[in-house]
Formats: sequence, C-alpha cells, structure tokens
Amino acid sequence: MLTAEERREIEIKLADYPNKQAMSIESMLIVQRHRGWVSDESLGDLSELLGLSVADLDGVATFYNLIRRRPVGRHVAMVCDSVSCWIMGGERIRDRLCSRLDTTLGETTADGRFTLLPIVCLGACDHAPAMMIDGKLYEDLDEQRLDEVVARYK
Amino acid sequence: MTVATIFIDNAPREVNPKQNLLHVCLSLGYDLPYFCWHPALGSVGACRQCAVKQFRNEQDATGKIVMACMTPAAEGTRISIADPEVVAFRAGVIQGLMQNHPHDCPVCDEGGECHLQDMTVMTGHRQRVYSFGKRTFRNQYLGPLVNHEMNRCIQCQRCVRFYREYAGGHDLNAFHLRDSIFYGRHEDGVLESEFSGNLVEICPTGVFTDATLKHHYSRKWDLQMAPSICVHCGLGCNITAGERYGTLRRVVNRYNHEVNGYFLCDRGRFGYEFVESSLRIRHPLVDGKPATRSEALERFGAVLRKGAVIGVGSPRASLESNFALRALAGPDHFFAGVPDEESRLISAMVRILRDGPARSPSLDEVEHSDAVFVLGEDLTNVAPIMALRLRQSVRQAPMRLAAGLHIPEWLDHAVRETVQDAKGPLFIASPYATKLDDIATATYHASPDDLARLGFAIAHAIDATAPEVIALSPELETMAAKIAAALRGAQHPLVVAGASCRNRGVIEAAGQIAWALCKVGSPASLSFTMPECNSFGLALMEAPPLSEALRTVRSEPVSTLIVLENDLFRRAPANEVTSLLRGVQHLIVLDHLGNPTTDAAELVLPAGTFAESDGTLVNNEGRAQRFFQVLNPSTDVQESWRWLHEVSVAAGSKSMERWEDLDDLTATIAKEIAAFGALPKVAPPRSAVGKIAREPSRYSGRTAMLANISVHEPRPPQDPDSSLAFSMESGPGPVPSSLIPFFWAPGWNSVQAVNKFQSEIGGALRGGDPGVRLIEPSRESVWQYFSAIPPAFKSRSGEWLLIPVFHIFGSEELSRHAQGISQLLPRPYLALNPAEASLVGAKAGGRIKILIEDSQFELEIMLRADLPRGVAGLPAGLPPFDGIQLPLFCKLASVGTEFSARGVL
Ligand code: SF4
Ligand code: SF4
Ligand code: FES
Ligand code: FES
Repeated sequence: MLTAEERREIEIKLADYPNKQAMSIESMLIVQRHRGWVSDESLGDLSELLGLSVADLDGVATFYNLIRRRPVGRHVAMVCDSVSCWIMGGERIRDRLCSRLDTTLGETTADGRFTLLPIVCLGACDHAPAMMIDGKLYEDLDEQRLDEVVARYK
Repeated sequence: MTVATIFIDNAPREVNPKQNLLHVCLSLGYDLPYFCWHPALGSVGACRQCAVKQFRNEQDATGKIVMACMTPAAEGTRISIADPEVVAFRAGVIQGLMQNHPHDCPVCDEGGECHLQDMTVMTGHRQRVYSFGKRTFRNQYLGPLVNHEMNRCIQCQRCVRFYREYAGGHDLNAFHLRDSIFYGRHEDGVLESEFSGNLVEICPTGVFTDATLKHHYSRKWDLQMAPSICVHCGLGCNITAGERYGTLRRVVNRYNHEVNGYFLCDRGRFGYEFVESSLRIRHPLVDGKPATRSEALERFGAVLRKGAVIGVGSPRASLESNFALRALAGPDHFFAGVPDEESRLISAMVRILRDGPARSPSLDEVEHSDAVFVLGEDLTNVAPIMALRLRQSVRQAPMRLAAGLHIPEWLDHAVRETVQDAKGPLFIASPYATKLDDIATATYHASPDDLARLGFAIAHAIDATAPEVIALSPELETMAAKIAAALRGAQHPLVVAGASCRNRGVIEAAGQIAWALCKVGSPASLSFTMPECNSFGLALMEAPPLSEALRTVRSEPVSTLIVLENDLFRRAPANEVTSLLRGVQHLIVLDHLGNPTTDAAELVLPAGTFAESDGTLVNNEGRAQRFFQVLNPSTDVQESWRWLHEVSVAAGSKSMERWEDLDDLTATIAKEIAAFGALPKVAPPRSAVGKIAREPSRYSGRTAMLANISVHEPRPPQDPDSSLAFSMESGPGPVPSSLIPFFWAPGWNSVQAVNKFQSEIGGALRGGDPGVRLIEPSRESVWQYFSAIPPAFKSRSGEWLLIPVFHIFGSEELSRHAQGISQLLPRPYLALNPAEASLVGAKAGGRIKILIEDSQFELEIMLRADLPRGVAGLPAGLPPFDGIQLPLFCKLASVGTEFSARGVL
C-alpha cells in the first residue's frame, strides 16, 4: 500500500505532466525516495493509481538503472565503469571498494550498510576515476581517498 | 498507382514509390533478409538485417550502407543487394544476433519453419565464433495457448510492437536493456490479449510457439495441409489446417488480403482442438450403441421409407450439407435450425444489405474506414478480427498529419511520434463496456432499445427526411449530432452492427444511418457481424425458422426429423425442443460432438468437421469461401452432404443421383438457388487444375508410417472433390489462390513465405484473393426509411432485462471443447450494475437466485458499473443457460428467499 505521503506527492506531481504515462518514472522515484527501492507490490499500487499496466511500469523501471527493483543497503555507492575512469584506474578503485566491503558490484554487504552498483559515466571524466554515494559525487579517487570517503558512511 | 524506376544492381526496375526499398525488393522477388520489419507493422530499423548499399548516382562507386526498410523507393534510387561489403555486413548482423542464441533448433518447435533459420541460411552465416557464455533467461508460463522460450530471442521487437501497438495489449513488454532484454509479462500468467496467438507467427524465432501444438507436435514439413476456413465466428478468416497420423495438429493463418490479412484471433487459432475432443463422434450410433456403417445406412433407409421427413439445417454447417438436407427433405420441409428471432434478425440484415444502397465492406475495407460507428456489438468477443481491424482504422484520419509532413505510412515510429494519441473517430454504443472502448472517441452504454434510438437519431441528424426520434434526451441529441457530423465528414464512413443485442431496432437503426449517409452522397459501408460461420449462407437459403418445424410436426403427419450439425437445445428452450422431438417417431442427427440432441437420437451419423470435409461457408460480408479436407479419416466420418447423398440414393431418390462429388453438388446448388449462382466459381473445379500436393516435398516417413500395418506402401487416398492430393505429388503450374495448401517457397520455410505468393507485399494474393461475394447493394432506389422506432427503455420494478454478455472463449459452441481454450472459460455468472445489486441485497462475489421463465438458477454475482440500469447480463452460449433465448425479463432474489408471484420477496 502506498502511504498517504507518497500518494500526496504523486498527485501533486501529476499536475506537471500532460498524461499519466509521463508520470511513470517520477512516481517510481517518489516511492524509491521513501523506501529505497520499488517492490512488485509498489508497482501494483502505482499501476492502480496511474491506470497503467504493471508491465508498462516495469518496462520503464527495468530500463533505467537508477530505478531499483531490489532492496538496497543504507547507502548506495555507484562506481563509474566507463571509459575515462577505466583509463584512470577505475578498476583498481572498484576492486579495493569491493574487497574493503567484502562484497561485489550489484550486491549489498551482509550488514546492510552498502549496496554497490556500477554506473556508466557520471559526467566527471575530467576528474576520473569517480564514484557517487547517496547522490554525492566523489572525484579523483585513489586508494587513500576512497578509504576516507567510505569511512564517512556508517 | 504511380511507378518509379529504381536501379537494383544496375538493373532498372519499376516499383511503388510510396513504399520502402525492402518492401519493393521483396515484391520484386529478391531474397533480402529482414527481421524487425513486418508488412502489417511497418519499419523501425531496429535489427539492421536488411542492409543494402545505396549509390548517389551512376558515378558513385563507393556508396553507403543503408537499411532498405528505412529508405524510400524514390525515383532514380540506385542500390546494390549483391555488393560484397553489404553481403558481409548482413552476415555479420546475423552473427551478432546468433551470439546469444542457444542453437537448439532440433528441440525447438519453430525448427523447419523458422524465419531466423531461413535468414541465417540466406546470409551465409554458418560458423559460430563467439566462445563466451550466453545470456540466459527464466521462461514464463503464459497460459495454455502460447509457449515461451526466451533464450531464442533476437530482440527484433516485433512481439511487443504487435501486441501493444497493433493489438492494444498491455501485459506484454520489453524489460531491461542492453544485451539482456526480456520479452514477456511482468510475472507468470495467462496472456490477456485475444490475439496473443499471433505472437507465434509474428516472432521470427522460437520464443513464442503454439502451446497446443506441443501436445501433439509435428514439424511443418511433416504436416499434410489444406486451405480451410475458420468456423468459430461469422467472419470466415482463412486458415491452414495441418494433419499428421490421422489427427488434426494445428491451425495457422492463411493470408487473405481482403479478409483476415496476417492475423487470426485466439478462438480461431486454438479452437481447432475440438476436432480431437473426447466428445467426438467417430462412428455411427444406432439406438445409442456403436454400429457399423452399413447398419447405420440400413436403419436410415428403413426410417426414410416409413413416412414423411423434415430436415433442420444449421448455421454452422456448409452450404452443401444444408442443401443436401434440403434436397432430401424437400424445400418445404427444410428449416433453418435457428431460433425465430435470430432468423428474423439475420434475414433483416441480409435484406438491408441487398435492398439498400449501402455495401458490406471486406475486413480490409473495414480497416481503411476513417470514421466508424459501432452499434450494439462487443466486437472483441463476437467478431474478434474485426475488432483488430478497427483498432487500425482509428489511425486512418490521424495518418493525414503524418502525410502532411511527408512521413510515409510505413515509417512506423515516426508516424506514431507524429500522431501521438490522436485517434480518428470511432463511436461505440453498446449494452456494456467493450475492450475497444479504450480507443473510442465516445461511448454510450444503454439497453438495446435505447441504443436503437440513438442510431435512429443519428440517421435523422444526417438526413432530416429520416424519421425523427420522439422524446430524445438533450444529451443523446448532442451525441447523435456529434456522431452524425463525424460520419458525414469522413471519406469512408462505416457503420457496424449485428444480432448480438437480439434487437431488430438496433439492426434497422444501423441500416438507417448507412442509408442516410448514402442518401446525402457519402459512400457509406455497412458491416453486420453474423452469429455463426454460415449464418449468412443459411439465411440466403430462405428456410423457415425452427418454430415452423414444430408447427409442421403438429399439423402434418411427420415420421422422421433429421437434424444437421445442430444442437437444438441451444436453439430453443428445452420444453419446446422436447415437444418437437416427441412429435416425430424417428430422430436422426448428423454431428461432430456428442450433445443433448445427439443423445436423444435414434441414429447418429459421424459428420466431418471442417478438417474432414469440403464445403462452402458465407461470411458476414456475403463472401462465399471454400474449405478443403485436410485429413482423410480412417473412421466412418465424412461430410454430412455425402452421408445424405448416400442414403438418399440407397433409398431410391432420383433427385440426388445427379451429383456424386463436390463440383456436381455446387453446380446443382447454383442452378437451383439463384443467390448461389456464383458458387462454382468460389474455387476452380477439380477438372480445371492439375494435382496439388497437400504434403510438402520434405514430408518424411511416407513409406514407413503405415509399415506396422503392411510393409507395402498403400495407394494414397483419392480425393474425388478437389485437385488437392493426399500425397507429395503436384502437377506443374501455379496453384490458384483458393487452393494454396500451405505457404512455402525455396529458402522460405516460415509462414513469411507468403511474400512469394502476393502480387505486391501486403497486397492481394496472385490471381486475386479467394472468395466470391454473393450480394451487392441494390442499384434501384426502392428502399424506404424504417419508421418503427422503439420507445425508450423503462426499467421494471422487480424485473430485469437479461441480455447476453459475450466471451471469446465460451460463447461459441465448438471451441469451448478445445483442450487449451476449455481452461479459459468463464464460470457462469450474473452481471449486475452495483446500484441494481444493492436493490436485491447482492454483493460482489456473492450468489443470487435468478428466475428465468420457469427455471431457477443460483449464480455468482459480477458487479459491472457499465451495465445500464434495469438490465442484467448473462454469459452468452454458456451452459446451463445456452438454450435460453435472450433477451427476456427475469426476476432476482437473494439466496435463501423465495420468489413471490410479483417478483422479489
Ligand atoms: S521474442 Fe521474438 S518477436 Fe520478440 S523480440 Fe524476441 S525474437 Fe523478436
Ligand atoms: S475472428 Fe472469427 S473467423 Fe477470424 S479467427 Fe477469430 S473466430 Fe475465426
Ligand atoms: S567515465 Fe567515469 S565519469 Fe565519465
Ligand atoms: S528489417 Fe530493416 S532494420 Fe530490421
């Protein structure tokens, strides 16, 4: 069941869009902001609210990698795996992150602290390698800086 | 048509400049591979398979690679199909597509008729070079009709484009992205679209295959096939039926540009399984016991000698079988076998089409209408392919937007982007909400009489000399004016109606609108749906209805009643049927499946279904179409007309001796009934064409399949009725379009081989589409407007008008017994408007008692806010109420109370 708050936010946003279909991304992001991810059940609720089929919504959800269809940890780290970061040693940073947190890309740590996800180009190529945690961008990463950054997230 | 000259590998060719290069190359007979393009869906340029090289001019030696499906065939275009670079490009595309493909052809149901196999061979790609892991998926359960095997997908997008954009479905989609795109539902479950079976043919690979075929699988090359006609509604879609080892294995679409085009509905595709149902009658029954053929014929002869005979025909039997019974019983003693009201309605429809100026359109013309009014019909459930055609018709008017921007019609996504949600005028007035309502400009749900009044009001708004509707509400006045204006403003307006409401006013109102349009100079079409596959043909025989049979039995000494392919208990209330049966000493029934009528018979003869017979059906357009036997039963099953012929000759009848085979019979019918004068032209006579093989040239096991009986290969069964042979042997020469047993061409094993049989891709079959129209509108203006306009419907207190609610699966008699479809039937229910339900204290999911005439039932309640007040709905054709002739008034009471004389307690 959508909470009253979620419902209200969606209804306010609806006014900005020409039709309900255009609202699919936004509505899922609203749910995600509240719950961290979009469950099958939430898709069903949104489908009823917007009059779109679950298949319509899930097609959109699975197309965008910023809409998450599985639960995530307290923090979400998105590690760039695109060209500039790769040239600048992105793989090293990725491996270090994974081994420090004892998990792999696409997974969540056993204590639920971090979920690691790959992402293509954060638009920070001039400061590669780069990574984003909970929406905050970290640039010019090396091992030491990575350790410092990660330590900030409990 | 204007023609452009283009150069293909330097050869000048004349082509249709309105088309793309792929379309014209295929039309010219070139083998150019493709995947994502489909003649009915247009081009999106997604698969990159149809690459050709285009040159700027004669001097340009470099050229550039373009997608043929995305490039217009403009005057002077120079392309190469054979250029080595582009040949290598196409092979490379296949190589990429095959990278993740499981290469599991031997266990794939598509194998042997797979477009992906054909295209792979065509491009010359033969060696897999990718040696890493392949992406794999979990397959879904999509219901009993369609099977899912996702690993075979090549991401061409055709499935979702057909299912969603073309057929309006919502529960199939593409999920995820990049190299792991999944096509399916959001979770396991039965596909919701009535057209889901087309995925089997639309998908160029083995992702979607026929789940019913899986139960008795055979390769296409091992199937004995014949051209046939769908018997599951009145539209007469063309089908190809396939047999192996004496059983019917499947049905696929048989392209007919005018009728069904590339598609079938799920009832038509999967209904065939009734032929192998456990209710099937395969041997004669005498006094309820199995009997031999000679015992049966002997009994038949003995009964015939005892006295007068009457015959009851059937709207689901061929013209030939109906005529044979008419000949045996005599024209005065042959009855139509449909309820009186239905018979009157169908005659009214035929008369309106014959006497008036409005023409009945083909389904292709239906699709090209640019303003449509549907009156009283639930098309998705009654005439499904017409609903699919209308879904395309609403694109006609907005297509002009794209044309204005010089976007060609075939450039599908550009057109869809331009058109967005714009839809041409489609108005639906029906007793309850229909699945087409989602694309309607406006809808109106009301009782049948009120629907008729709206119709008459529209006619009056179009032509003021058409009678006015008295006491029409202002809202209806406005709606009528709006619909009238849309129809008047169209270039090809269409009115659709039918007998589903069982209301004469509805039919006459539809005729009135079309006539009014004609009168003001508009070329209006008028399409009536027909309840059954040969309702139209039977109506043209002008036989009296069922009640006349009863009257005859009461007034004349009749000793025998012969019933042809008809369960009378579906045609009239049980007590009336019983009194008809009691009125005669002998009841003889010819039919396919056991039913209450065959149960009551002294003699039952096993009648051939469409699969075991030859015959002609007349569809709702008035088009006579021939179907041909696909299997030669080793049992006593044969055409009803052949049974009737045999027995009457044995009994010494002279009149029937004259015809021995189908050609004699159709010639006789043409001579005796003027309306059927063109019947012999429906397909060429046997003598006019050389042998046509029903079996493909790769048919395997011919010499071995009967070796368990005898090692000597038997002579193939002979077909006395058509040029089609039960063998692999064909004579030389082209096959006439009405006799094409299957679509196959060298290099083209899939159903897309139809490309090689069309005069232009997506156009008529070479030599013209099969079928002959038996009626045309009258050229004399003898018609007059109808003046009997029904008064507005008034709800009665304590009584509800019970109307039929149609179901694609369930309402039709035969397909209900198909193994796959039988899993999808609705449970019997009573539909009520919530406001009415609260009056009788009924809740959703609860039960209610219903009193119909003298019978009481207890039923589950379904709440439907779209049902008009004062009305209740009952699923049409579904036992146990299939004999009740709706509409009629019923009483309702909550479970646990009793009916009082005045209604609800
Ligand atoms: S499932 Fe079939 S039709 Fe759909 S994208 Fe894959 S190959 Fe094409
Ligand atoms: S629309 Fe009618 S004729 Fe066509 S396939 Fe379906 S049931 Fe058969
Ligand atoms: S490639 Fe990593 S930020 Fe652009
Ligand atoms: S058929 Fe032309 S790109 Fe797919």
